[in-house]
Amino acid sequence: MSVNVSDVLHVAKLARLGVSEERLPQLVAQLNGILEHMDVLGKVDTTGVAATEGVGAAGTPLREDGGEPVPLAHPIESFAPATRDGFLIVPRLATHDDAAEETA
Amino acid sequence: MTIPGWEMVVGLEVHVQLKTRTKAFCNCTVEYGAAPNVNTCPICLALPGSLPVLNARAVELAVRAAVALGCTVNHVSVFARKNYFYPDLPKGYQISQFDRPLAENGQIEIGTRVDGDAIRVGITRVHMEEDAGKSIHDRYPGVTAIDLNRAGVPLIEIVSEPDMRSSEGAGAYLRTLKQILQYIAVSDCDMEKGSLRVDANVSARRQGATKLGTKTEVKNLNSFANVERALDLEFQRQVRALEAGGSIEQQTMLFDAVRNEVRAARSKEGSHDYRYFPEPDLLPLVLTSTDVDRARHSLPELPAARRARFVSDYALGPVEIEVLSSSAALADYFEAVARHSGNAKAAANWVINGVLGAVNASGTPLEQLRVRPADLASMIRMVSDGIISGAAAKQVFAEMVRTGERPEQIAKRDGLLRVEDDSALVRWIDEVIAEHPTEAGRFLAGERKLQGVLVGLVMKKSKGSADAKKVNQLLASRVSG
Amino acid sequence: MSTVAPTARSIATQVVAGKLAPDQAVREAFARGDAAGVGAGGLNALLWTDRTRATEQARERVVGDDTQVDRGLLAGVPIAVKDNIATLELPTSCGSRILEGYVSPFEATAVTRLRAAGATVVGKTNMDEFAMGSSTENSAFGPARNPIDPSRVPGGSSGGSAAVVAAGMVPIALGSETGGSVRQPAAFCGIVGVKPTYGRVSRYGLVAFASSLDQIGVFGRTVDDAALGLQVIAGRDVMDSTSASVPVARYADARDASLTGVVIGRPREYFPESLDARIREKCERAIELLRERGAEIRDVSLPHTDLAIPVYYIVAPAEASSNLARFDGVRYGLRVPAPGLVATYEATRSRGFGPEVTRRILLGTYVLSAGYYDAYYRKAQQVRSLIADDFRSVFASGVHVLLTPTTPTTAFPFGAKADPYEMYLSDIFTATANLAGVPGMSLPVGRIEGLPVGAQLLAGHFDEARMFAVAYALENALGEEAHR
Ligand SMILES: [Mg+2]
Ligand SMILES: [Zn+2]
Repeated sequence: MSVNVSDVLHVAKLARLGVSEERLPQLVAQLNGILEHMDVLGKVDTTGVAATEGVGAAGTPLREDGGEPVPLAHPIESFAPATRDGFLIVPRLATHDDAAEETA
Repeated sequence: MTIPGWEMVVGLEVHVQLKTRTKAFCNCTVEYGAAPNVNTCPICLALPGSLPVLNARAVELAVRAAVALGCTVNHVSVFARKNYFYPDLPKGYQISQFDRPLAENGQIEIGTRVDGDAIRVGITRVHMEEDAGKSIHDRYPGVTAIDLNRAGVPLIEIVSEPDMRSSEGAGAYLRTLKQILQYIAVSDCDMEKGSLRVDANVSARRQGATKLGTKTEVKNLNSFANVERALDLEFQRQVRALEAGGSIEQQTMLFDAVRNEVRAARSKEGSHDYRYFPEPDLLPLVLTSTDVDRARHSLPELPAARRARFVSDYALGPVEIEVLSSSAALADYFEAVARHSGNAKAAANWVINGVLGAVNASGTPLEQLRVRPADLASMIRMVSDGIISGAAAKQVFAEMVRTGERPEQIAKRDGLLRVEDDSALVRWIDEVIAEHPTEAGRFLAGERKLQGVLVGLVMKKSKGSADAKKVNQLLASRVSG
Repeated sequence: MSTVAPTARSIATQVVAGKLAPDQAVREAFARGDAAGVGAGGLNALLWTDRTRATEQARERVVGDDTQVDRGLLAGVPIAVKDNIATLELPTSCGSRILEGYVSPFEATAVTRLRAAGATVVGKTNMDEFAMGSSTENSAFGPARNPIDPSRVPGGSSGGSAAVVAAGMVPIALGSETGGSVRQPAAFCGIVGVKPTYGRVSRYGLVAFASSLDQIGVFGRTVDDAALGLQVIAGRDVMDSTSASVPVARYADARDASLTGVVIGRPREYFPESLDARIREKCERAIELLRERGAEIRDVSLPHTDLAIPVYYIVAPAEASSNLARFDGVRYGLRVPAPGLVATYEATRSRGFGPEVTRRILLGTYVLSAGYYDAYYRKAQQVRSLIADDFRSVFASGVHVLLTPTTPTTAFPFGAKADPYEMYLSDIFTATANLAGVPGMSLPVGRIEGLPVGAQLLAGHFDEARMFAVAYALENALGEEAHR
């Protein structure tokens, strides 16, 4: 399988990576250069083979509902790009320019 | 709402917050209403290098809910990452479950048809996931404020089959679901605090059609009433479009309660492709048969079973049963009163009129009511044993609500015990005759219809504690004697 | 003072005996680092350091808490930590612009355990951005150089850690592995590098690249130092759901173990026709020495080895695309302002991530996206099971440890691998262990034209003790030959 310019643009959109026009052809070529080596997997017979999923069979360990949260050695304000009144501040999403409430 | 020739088909996705102390994957508290971002830590802030560890209590509650909804609990379920960018989703993915959910294939009964058959709604799946934080778009101009206190709060998502055929049916399903979840103490189900949220999938099809129409997803439903309103509006919109020869676009609709309308959500930038894959930071969730059996056995009696038993054990009417079974706490209260008093009928009356009246009047929850069931039962027995009159009982109960004292104490202190002692009655009759010479004279002269007036005056003097029958006898004996 | 670090064991012994002050040990480490030029402009191996703090911290341990030093297996030992492992005070930037200047408000479990054993962190080391690379050329802060030959790469992604150990500054450093990022630079720099069993060491505080493959590893100049370092950081941690409750052995107890009864496998897929004959010869020599010391040598096969790189370059980028989504400029790190939220995300991430990280995020997003998941990700995870089964059956057949070359080449010059896939092939002998979750290590077995060659030992899950027994024996047998 191989990718074209629009595949790469779509994936870049999903990954929120701004990719400039100039870089596109090279990226497409590089990704295809990598992907061609993956085709070999298609020829492997994996009928009845379970996909690796969580290393360790005992099941995920559980913790008690309680205990102290991990403390922050320095506050959010010391590493966050923008805060106000304790909130983290980000530019408003274009779909919320009218400040309509939408729950995800 | 019905539109002739058309049928509404509804399936609901309900997110319910599990009643834990801490979040799903970290030790932060889930307390509601804290200052922004106070209940956060490296894990729920998704700081680089942090890792999730699953909360045992969240699993226990999720399993409990699943068995209460009649689901088959999977012995191995797998957490998966649901990847999308949103500023209140710290990791850039939500830890959820996807192709191997916690539980599947349940059903609940939401009522009975006219012919007596049960109306059932299938539960497709119950899975565990974490909540996102809160984006506040209208607090500061031009920017969005993010509060991550809610990020990582444990939820279950309950997905129903498209089994509902009306907005009323959807309402009944939601009320039944909420009642079950509250009975089993899995969630507060408080929509105002966001601990229960509903998304509705709705489609319209011609009456008699077997194929489902294209559905839309309706969001922003903040009360059961709004769910019903929004479903009717969306159903109408779809039928209008279809009747005009149009088609339905599969999309997300938002309900606007203020304008009472449903409109298409402006699509989120970028398309939806969640790229689910198994969460490598957690191993699969493994539950033994013992775990599931323990959850099943720890379940209290569920609402439907309780209602059935109220019919057989107490011979109550449908309205009484509906009210008394509305919450586990109220039903427990009623049963305690009925057991201690041995008088289910009176217990039902007193709980519905007295107890619920007091709860509603004061706004204090039942758990904080000062009247203990055993005391209410004593009071009911005092009435049936003739120790106090029905009228006095009302006064005693009001005092019990106010002070929490025992009914015997109140009746004695306030002189409300029924007086059978002849000498006290004779004294009160003598006093009444002396104080009302005209009426007394006419009565004694043979005007028998005045006897009622005099009895009333005696009763009043005794503050209701006199035995009215005895007073009648004594008065009558004066005329004949 | 020597220009080469004394071993961790000798430092700890001296400190516990009161013959060396821990702050003096730290000062000497900095002096050795200066002499070797480990900083910017030199080897560019050490990115962030705070001499005053490090010296103070070392001193406070003595004054403040004698018992801790007494108990300390690593009392007074100066160590370096890869820049993707969270430390308090020093930055944790993962060799990336997107985290430049970020100081973690919590500490990795491995670092906490090292400090509890008496060690002092003297600095954070250079690395390929987010551990994506095999040469440390992908660092946002410039490439690190190989102390053996500064015109060549030190390997990667933990190239900085390998270089500070090889340059003699510190006896022990932490690295991290996803596909060979400790073993490969260890081989290139002529030192010992250990990748433990998946789940052996807590990942808490290790900035995730590919969660199902990542493990913190240890560099040492000697097998013994690597053993000490691993013993300290290994063991169950409640903060990491994937860390295992398997008891930790005292790996150094294997230092004089006999090889009688030990079966060493020689997997034919790791000695292909195309293998550099000189590397083959060094590995054969190592095998011969082990035979002489009583080990039984068996030819074995791991038939799915060839598929490791394709599988790895699907699984690792897929997980990475998700793990790196959190770098969105909302809560920490770089934010490049742009009109609107989505534009800000895109500007931040395109400016913050370098080309290799961008490529892998795109690749990973693609293989997980609708319509491709089954063909790529699911298929790769199935083939991964086959690779793991290869190891399981070979170890179940009575083989205890495998010996292979660590890398197909010696350290290469800068810019030699311009094609991404060619660079990926550097991990051809190492990525299998990460995919299968088994432990592995590289130790020096000689040089070719002055450049170190590493032999790799691989063992069954949680069988590090046996791997160390063989490593100690091989190190003893080779003596100075390991560095000739
Ligand atoms: Mg959900
Ligand atoms: Zn938290």
